[in-house]
Amino acid sequence: MTTETPAVPYGFLDLPRLMALMTGDEKHGPAATSTLDALWVLYDRVLRVTPETADRQDRDRFLLSKGHGPMAYYAVLAAKGFLPAELLPSFGSYDSPLGHHPDRLLVPGAEISSGSLGHGLPLAVGTALGLRAQGLTDPAVWVLIGDAEFDEGSNHEAVAFAGAYGLDRLHVVAIDNSSATHGWRGGMAARFAAEGWSTETVDGRDHDALHRAFTAPHPGRPHAVVARVEPKTAA
Amino acid sequence: MDTMRERFAAVTTDLLDHDPRLALVLADIGVDAFAPAAARHPDRVVNVGIREQLLIGTAGGLALTGMRPIAHTFASFLIERPWEQVKLDLVHQGVGAVLVSAAGSYDWPAGGRTHMAHGDVALLDTLPGWTVHVPGHPDEAETLLRHAAADGDSLAYVRLSAHRNEHPVPVVPGRFTRLREGSRGVVLAVGPMLDAVLAATETMDVTVLYAATVRPFDAAGLRAAIGERADVVLVEPYLAGTSATAAHDALADLPHRVLALGVPKEEHRHFGSIPEHLAAYGLDATALRARIADFLW
Repeated sequence: MTTETPAVPYGFLDLPRLMALMTGDEKHGPAATSTLDALWVLYDRVLRVTPETADRQDRDRFLLSKGHGPMAYYAVLAAKGFLPAELLPSFGSYDSPLGHHPDRLLVPGAEISSGSLGHGLPLAVGTALGLRAQGLTDPAVWVLIGDAEFDEGSNHEAVAFAGAYGLDRLHVVAIDNSSATHGWRGGMAARFAAEGWSTETVDGRDHDALHRAFTAPHPGRPHAVVARVEPKTAA
Repeated sequence: MDTMRERFAAVTTDLLDHDPRLALVLADIGVDAFAPAAARHPDRVVNVGIREQLLIGTAGGLALTGMRPIAHTFASFLIERPWEQVKLDLVHQGVGAVLVSAAGSYDWPAGGRTHMAHGDVALLDTLPGWTVHVPGHPDEAETLLRHAAADGDSLAYVRLSAHRNEHPVPVVPGRFTRLREGSRGVVLAVGPMLDAVLAATETMDVTVLYAATVRPFDAAGLRAAIGERADVVLVEPYLAGTSATAAHDALADLPHRVLALGVPKEEHRHFGSIPEHLAAYGLDATALRARIADFLW
């Protein structure tokens, strides 16, 4: 028997409206939408997970490490049917499952609870190892981090280990909106490449470029896609 | 006789052979002892290098995929250094793990303060859900490790030490064991403190309870041991007072007194040996005899 994904009436152009249900404002600045295009391309064209397969052991996993400003994430989850759009206006209220940082025990479709920076990538390393140990060599593990989040040393423990270990089902999308206080001289990708990762740096607003980078082959190596968007300080 | 850590290696190697759900995560400490296990189960024995945040994060990730991770290093690097990972990557994610420490309080006195973590159990007391085992003998360590590995998706901490008792107690995980009956009060010895407590109280009319599992605190076991006098002495091999609140809670509806003995909070800038440190902390048999007698008589 096959199960069909029910038609979801939302497309990329609906996301600002869904976000407005949380923020009360149709116009969102670059900081609020820095992750929006990457999230959309992942959920729309790359990740093999749907509301119907969200509990399957062989699903792809997406770990939102940068739990700050999760409105874009909740909007995409709603657009893809993981959670009802009717929940979005409850954002941040006492009985809402939608906190200002996601809680995996409350948000349908959320793989991890995040908010404190630098936890998603180490958790993703363990997730990739756990799937491999169970013979599940096909599911992909994706983790989204930010360029300022990359300051946290825990990320660098994970990047060095994953590169040395050749964790090739591990994928990072790093949203670079130039918000790291001291910056990353030579770019973020160089840090991954130095540890043996496959890397791509692309325009984080270009869906086809994101898709190409997300689906580039990287045999034997973990893969990092640096998605560059407008600086956080831009109006 | 083997040490608790040697038994841990043997037991975990055996468990990995029989339970495909188990995985072991190391951070360079103890790697040699697990070489045979790593050779047999390369996908389930992982050494992340000297990266303790990653040690706990990896354990959390393994658990998210349905596995039961065992993570091991010294207590200072297992609980204190990656403390936020313990809080968030395990407890807050709603997943379980077995954390197995060594060298907790004073196992390597010559190594100094950097390798001492007498606050580990007190720290875990700030989080919900932890079972804390403090074996006093390698046989007890084996019983408690096997129990923890098989205990569903629970959060378990097994605190191994070089300090140990001469003979094992046939412990039941989670229960205090009554070793002596008396009428002048109850002395609760935790893990490796038992031999000194038995020696110290040899001529005293007191009940001696033994705890190799301290969390959850066996309040019913303590209550059942209380006679006419609800006077309790706790003797713990980590921070003094760690279980005082639990003991007070167990006796909350009774007039009672609690004396909580353990490792002092103050920095103790001496090296040397375990016996020298126990004497300095007032935890050897001679000092315990005086402190217990002073409180109960």
